[in-house]
Amino acid sequence: MMTENRYEMVCGVETHVELATKSKIFCGCSTEFGREQNTQVCPVCEGLPGVLPVLNREVVKLAVRAGLALNCHIAEFSKFDRKNYYYPDLPKNFQTSQYDLPICQNGWLDIRTGEQVKRIGVTRAHMEEDAGKLVHSGETITTSQESYADYNRTGVPLLEIVSEPDMRSIDEVIAYLEQLVGILEYTEVSDCRLEQGSVRFDINVSLRPAGQEVLGTRTETKNLNSFSSVRRCLEYEILRQAEVLDEGGQVIQETRTWDEGRGVTLSLRSKEEAHDYRYFPEPDLVPLVLDRDWIEKVRAELPELPEARYARLQSLGLSAYDAGVLTSSKALGDFFDQAGRHYPDAKNLANWVMGDLTRLLNARQWSVKDALIQPRQLAAMLELIDKGVISGKIAKSVLEDMVVSGKDPEQIVKEKGLVQISDESALLTVIQEVLQAQPKSVEDFRSGKEQALGFLVGQVMKATKGQANPGVVNQLLREQLTEQ
Amino acid sequence: MDITARSAVELHTMLVEKEIQAQELTAACLEKIRTDDQEIRAFLTVTAEQALKQAAAVDQKIAAGEKIGLLAGIPMALKDNISTLGIRTTCASKILESYIPPYDATVAEQLAQAGSVLLGKLNMDEFAMGSSTENSGFGKTCNPWNRKHVPGGSSGGAAAAVAGDEVVFSLGSDTGGSIRQPASFCGVVGLKPTYGAVSRYGLIAYASSLDQIGPVTRTVADNAHVFNAIAGHDAKDSTSIAFDKPDYSQFLQREIKGLKIGVPREYLAEGIDPEVKRVIREAIQTYTDLGALVEECSLPHTKYALAAYYLIATAECSSNLARYDGVRYGLRAAEAEDILGMVKQTRARGFGAEVKRRIMLGTYALSSGYYDAYYLKALKVRTLIKQDFDQAFAQADVLLAPTAPTTAWAFGAKADPLSMYLADICTIPVNLAGIPAISLPGGLAGGLPVGIQLMAKPLAEGVLFQAAHAFEQATAFHTLKPAPTGGAL
Repeated sequence: MMTENRYEMVCGVETHVELATKSKIFCGCSTEFGREQNTQVCPVCEGLPGVLPVLNREVVKLAVRAGLALNCHIAEFSKFDRKNYYYPDLPKNFQTSQYDLPICQNGWLDIRTGEQVKRIGVTRAHMEEDAGKLVHSGETITTSQESYADYNRTGVPLLEIVSEPDMRSIDEVIAYLEQLVGILEYTEVSDCRLEQGSVRFDINVSLRPAGQEVLGTRTETKNLNSFSSVRRCLEYEILRQAEVLDEGGQVIQETRTWDEGRGVTLSLRSKEEAHDYRYFPEPDLVPLVLDRDWIEKVRAELPELPEARYARLQSLGLSAYDAGVLTSSKALGDFFDQAGRHYPDAKNLANWVMGDLTRLLNARQWSVKDALIQPRQLAAMLELIDKGVISGKIAKSVLEDMVVSGKDPEQIVKEKGLVQISDESALLTVIQEVLQAQPKSVEDFRSGKEQALGFLVGQVMKATKGQANPGVVNQLLREQLTEQ
Repeated sequence: MDITARSAVELHTMLVEKEIQAQELTAACLEKIRTDDQEIRAFLTVTAEQALKQAAAVDQKIAAGEKIGLLAGIPMALKDNISTLGIRTTCASKILESYIPPYDATVAEQLAQAGSVLLGKLNMDEFAMGSSTENSGFGKTCNPWNRKHVPGGSSGGAAAAVAGDEVVFSLGSDTGGSIRQPASFCGVVGLKPTYGAVSRYGLIAYASSLDQIGPVTRTVADNAHVFNAIAGHDAKDSTSIAFDKPDYSQFLQREIKGLKIGVPREYLAEGIDPEVKRVIREAIQTYTDLGALVEECSLPHTKYALAAYYLIATAECSSNLARYDGVRYGLRAAEAEDILGMVKQTRARGFGAEVKRRIMLGTYALSSGYYDAYYLKALKVRTLIKQDFDQAFAQADVLLAPTAPTTAWAFGAKADPLSMYLADICTIPVNLAGIPAISLPGGLAGGLPVGIQLMAKPLAEGVLFQAAHAFEQATAFHTLKPAPTGGAL
């Protein structure tokens, strides 16, 4: 709903996601990101005269996996088509895509906004090839003296996922994107590296007076690559359209582009200027016929999806918040699950994973995958605390060591001599020394100041370099102070 | 007989028996090219140095006592739309005048494997669009039988080079008759294989769903041997068929007694030259004499084939030729102000009139609002034409028809594009149906060769060789030669 509730927004999203294959969709070139320009090309992806495409089976498998995770119907018969348009980042001046018979159709996913759960329709998902990248000496292709084309990305497999226009607020759009990206990550269909442009969004949005059935005229803003850009773009575009409507004007159906720097959308081309893509069946590829049993096999191999994990974590006794955090980062959630196999107290484990471990990772700008610590090592460390071998405080430094060194906690404790002192006779000697050195605190405690005990415990811990068992120290101190 | 006029089968024996050396043979062909091709102009590029090296390698093998294949040391050339690594491949278009492919077409690799000696690249109608080779961006090729006449097209260079004894065989491509019609006009044997029987990888596309590469030879036996070398599945071509490839030469000696030959009446209707009809009647008699059972049959949708072809082929070409934009290779209009201007001027300057005409036709046929009426309807006609052939082949093993309605016409005689399109009326249905067909010499009319065309079911090239070889042995039209001067009108 709009801020002033005069208009209702209607939004649908087209998501282009790079599939996590090693090689391109129609040739054997590597899909690795960030290599030197035009080093990952061959005659096929360069579209040289006479070359022919050969479909990469892995692309089909990932597309089917994504489709199944999005509750789509998987077509046993689909085909490729050519989308014809001229642009120098497209070496053949047509893109091989899927038009009227896409591989996935009629799916959905559920999104959560606050307590609300809403089902968003997924119209279709189809396979296609990515275009190359242009680098201009100036601002744009028309204003530059020189433009350079890098075809490393040409032929990288994409899945275009088209939603129904089911979203009615910016929060719903963001929730949809988060949920979608989560599913794609969970199924390992894509690396979903948004910052590298491996997921891009086209946002279709229109406004209509609150209560009206008929849809308003929409605009499509292309090529957004972060959730925050989508949010800002929608905020701007809704306001822009509302102003047009407020003034009695009409929104023009057009394609727009997002200017990140200025935070505005700009007109790219109107409906009249829209391309006639002259789609027709790709004659160089045979239709794609999938075996029902094979599709079912892919379904059986699907991993646990975000919604299922979210529910399961709550059933382990975690709060909705904790379950949400451990679901939204698949890597952290996986780490939690793996550690959980070796450690029964889910809540305690979650506190460590989301607390100290996350803090250590954030300080280094690491993902949990970058850290050397293994999930079972964290479990082992928690066991050491529970058995009283180390204190929670010591454990924090042990954890830091584990994150960077990957050593077992037992080894770190042993090497650094961090074993907790619980031996009463050893501790009594230290306590006697502290009591003698701190007569004022002793006096304070005896005159009723409870806090003085805390100070004295701290002194004992300091004297033992933190290795004393604080519980035992507390008990012994109290005994000593009340005895005399 | 001049050694350059001999068949690959004969030359193979001579090489193995050490009567000649491969280098001698190659040198003889290069000399023939040097003397005759100034006038015939079948070649766009001659690769003499490389050819002599390839021949020397074959001679070394023979000298070392190694067994060589039938095509080893045999001089040949490729139509200039077949990509050759490091050798200019132009499609006879100004837009690709300077283009040198960084890879070999699968067929080029296969022939190199077989030890054949590549003498160069052959002229054609630009991007294989035409029926006379007059649409070449680099000048016309003459018919060796009469140098005032066209060699046919689009594989005019491929047919003229073989007919003129400049090479022993060549490879052409056939989208609507581009191997068979020039073979007919030049009095040689040309095979359009089953769609998918020969890899298209490296064949610069005109119309992808119709294009096929095939051999042009002076004898049916040679044709079978070349087809042996190039047929088969290729992982680089998704439309190529995985099938058990027989040795096609084993079909040559088979009798044709009892072979059922259908003669579709639609191919002898109006517009077919009476002399061509005479040749077909004589061929029917020859086959009857050989014990074949010849019967008339019908392919009722033939009359729609030409229209369907010119929608499907042009639609595909409008997309296939989009890549020639001056951005990466070939011609570039460098003085243009911006990218759009560069693309427009490059294409305006680089493409010839016929190519532009077909790109425009195809763009129109695929345009929003016209797609269903044109392209989709053409696909439906294509299905009907396929069904016609299915029904005909339920009764007949082979169909016999003219290859072309006329003999080779004089240069400039068909200036109107539509009359040129009509010249393909006998060959186009075969491409739409994806079936194989062969054209072989059926006699002369007015001193010019007339081809007869045999068609068969998909992957039944064997029966084509069988029927064609029997006819060739019975008639010996293949031994007829153009006069050394090329004759006058």
